[in-house]
Amino acid sequence: MPMAGLVLVAGFLLLALLGPVLTGDPSAQDYNATLAPPSGTHPLGTDDLGRDALARIAHGAQVSLQAGVLSTLLAMVVGIPIGLVAGFYRRWLDPVVMRLVDVTLAFPFLVFAVGLAAIIGPSLKGVVLALGFSQLPAVVRITRGEVLAIREMDYVAAAIADGASDRHILLRYVLPNCSSPLIVQATVAIPAAIIGESTLSFLGLGVQPPTPSWGVMLTTAQQYLDVAPWLAIWPGLMIALATLGFNLLGDGLRDVLDPRSGR
Amino acid sequence: MILEIDNLVKHYGQVRAVDGLSLSIGEGEVLGLVGESGSGKSTVGKCVLRLTEPTSGGIRLDGRDITHLSRRAMRPLRRDVHIVFQDPYSSLNPRFTIEQIVGEPLLHHGIASRRAAGGRVAAMLEQVGLRPEMRSRFPHELSGGQRQRVGLARALILAPKLVVADEPVSALDVSVQASVLNLITDLQREMGFSCLFITHDLSVVEFLADRIAVMYLGKIVESGPTAQIFAEPRHPYTQALLSAAPVADPVRQRERRRIVLGGDVPSPVDPPSGCRFHTRCPLAYDACRTSEPALTDPRTSGHPVACHLVTADHVPDAAATR
Repeated sequence: MPMAGLVLVAGFLLLALLGPVLTGDPSAQDYNATLAPPSGTHPLGTDDLGRDALARIAHGAQVSLQAGVLSTLLAMVVGIPIGLVAGFYRRWLDPVVMRLVDVTLAFPFLVFAVGLAAIIGPSLKGVVLALGFSQLPAVVRITRGEVLAIREMDYVAAAIADGASDRHILLRYVLPNCSSPLIVQATVAIPAAIIGESTLSFLGLGVQPPTPSWGVMLTTAQQYLDVAPWLAIWPGLMIALATLGFNLLGDGLRDVLDPRSGR
Repeated sequence: MILEIDNLVKHYGQVRAVDGLSLSIGEGEVLGLVGESGSGKSTVGKCVLRLTEPTSGGIRLDGRDITHLSRRAMRPLRRDVHIVFQDPYSSLNPRFTIEQIVGEPLLHHGIASRRAAGGRVAAMLEQVGLRPEMRSRFPHELSGGQRQRVGLARALILAPKLVVADEPVSALDVSVQASVLNLITDLQREMGFSCLFITHDLSVVEFLADRIAVMYLGKIVESGPTAQIFAEPRHPYTQALLSAAPVADPVRQRERRRIVLGGDVPSPVDPPSGCRFHTRCPLAYDACRTSEPALTDPRTSGHPVACHLVTADHVPDAAATR
């Protein structure tokens, strides 16, 4: 199964990186073929404005990839240092950070993201920020939990005895040894963010038309479900496959990286 | 004195791990700190390395008071003291190569850059009996004994004045134990460092330690020159510990009287009143339950004992009661 995940993720990446180059302008309209079913000229059909669904799916993949990867990256870049410092130094910082994390974790991921997106305003940047900050509490919590375990290891005590600085211990001892669960977390977070982007865009809080996004495509498609069902099937299928791929890959990575899962 | 500990106390919340312990180690001296698990002996080692903050008391390293130094202020002093841990698996960073692990102290004390450290590391590895090709290996590729040699190399590369060895061989196979123990003995003679050797096994320190201090529930109950402790143990607890160690002579082994202590070590959360050993001591009498014996040396022979029964002309014999 991890191999299937790898194939799906690789396909998704290829689609996002090469697709837009190969398929041409996603906003080009063909007035002779609006709501056309799949055919030779439009392999996946066209939408109500006569735009090629394949081109829009390919460009939408790029938007999804950006939203998924950038928001996860944002959460990691901000969350890991917070978790490292809170877990390593404890003192007053740890309880303060953890109570904040508890409060934000009390909101479901999407509810939190919708709220943030509504505040930041609809755009791809807004989506990335909203999804990134919605993922933040989970990253902080995972990092801190790992740090709590690792700071008690003898090799950290040995590093102190070596005369290492705290910075050196955090960066060279603690961080590398808590990286496996974070890598796994990323493979869970990216598909969640892809769904999140689609949801926000579907609700009008994310990427705005005419920019092609799988969520935006679904919004349009729901008006034509009875006459042009393929318009809803393609983006829906893509969201499902991309999410499935990342999740399968994550399961595989967890088995490889974490000896505790017992292969 | 390289190390002077004065009335050290370390409480973890309710747990009184170390409860008023004093000892000192001279230049080039090896002190064996012996006690059961839970006696607080490892905590003493951690306090000496300042890996934990003592609750009260004083620790002087080579004349400098380090009891409450901050992490930062402690760093330059770490050239003079290092530690060998019990667990050879968790004490080496799994992401570092052996060369990196052993070279770390050089790096942090500005003695050599990562590149220039190579030669020193190679020489140190040879000294602990590891082949040069081990340098580029990772800890998980080594056996327990090899890992412990790496830990020893890391502790000794700066030629510290004091090494704390916290049960360095008790996690190893018996056959490997002897070779690592011999290595420590040889290196100690060669380099002349002082050593606080923490162990639960008296026989481990018999040929290595100059002096022995026996710990029970956070306190020292007896200390003295190794030969004297083995020949003439005065505290009933020491007598019991010694009677538990097998003798390598079948005739003598058969003749030995074994002192079996009842029960477990009492909880350090609520240590017994009076003498802490009275709940398990075969010789305990009324005074032992109410008043705590001080660590005194009634014969002024450099062999202090904390027991009401020890006087200038009397030594208790715990074996006589069974």
